[in-house]
Amino acid sequence: MSQPQFSENDQRELAQFLEAENAKARIQQTVHSLTDTCWDKCIAKVNNKLDRSEEACLSNCVERFLDTSLFIVKRLEDLRSTGM
Amino acid sequence: MSEYNNFGSGELSNKKQEVMEQVRGELAMANAQELINKINEKCYLKCVPKPGARLESGEQQCLSKCMDRYMEAWNVVSRSYVNRIQRESQSQMM
Repeated sequence: MSQPQFSENDQRELAQFLEAENAKARIQQTVHSLTDTCWDKCIAKVNNKLDRSEEACLSNCVERFLDTSLFIVKRLEDLRSTGM
Repeated sequence: MSEYNNFGSGELSNKKQEVMEQVRGELAMANAQELINKINEKCYLKCVPKPGARLESGEQQCLSKCMDRYMEAWNVVSRSYVNRIQRESQSQMM
């Protein structure tokens, strides 16, 4: 008893769909990780709403983390090219 | 006895939708689960510093507010991150 196969078109569509969903899931995972770190850095007390300075802190926290990431990669490349 | 070999194209496209819905659903669940775990951890830390014999009403209020704040924070982080990714990918295409 054989199962019907998806057509080539359907297979391609499913593959693209899975790729897109995986990319979204990776982004969400990163957001979870960043929120974890930045919550600790930026939210001292639980209030009735996030104030402007807390929002700015969260936003800066994300940007500086990514800057850090780029910085580290670049420095590793520099070290490699000067024959570390 | 049902025939497995002769699905019409209608049934196959349903099956494809089914698969896609199932994947979306499972990923959404995993995301929600992660969020719940983080909220539990962070809000327990902030709101129940000295665990007593029960959750006091003040602690419960703090936990409610904390859940809301954490989800707002998640949204702020998500917007910042997605904006940054878009900016990076645009500057690389120039």
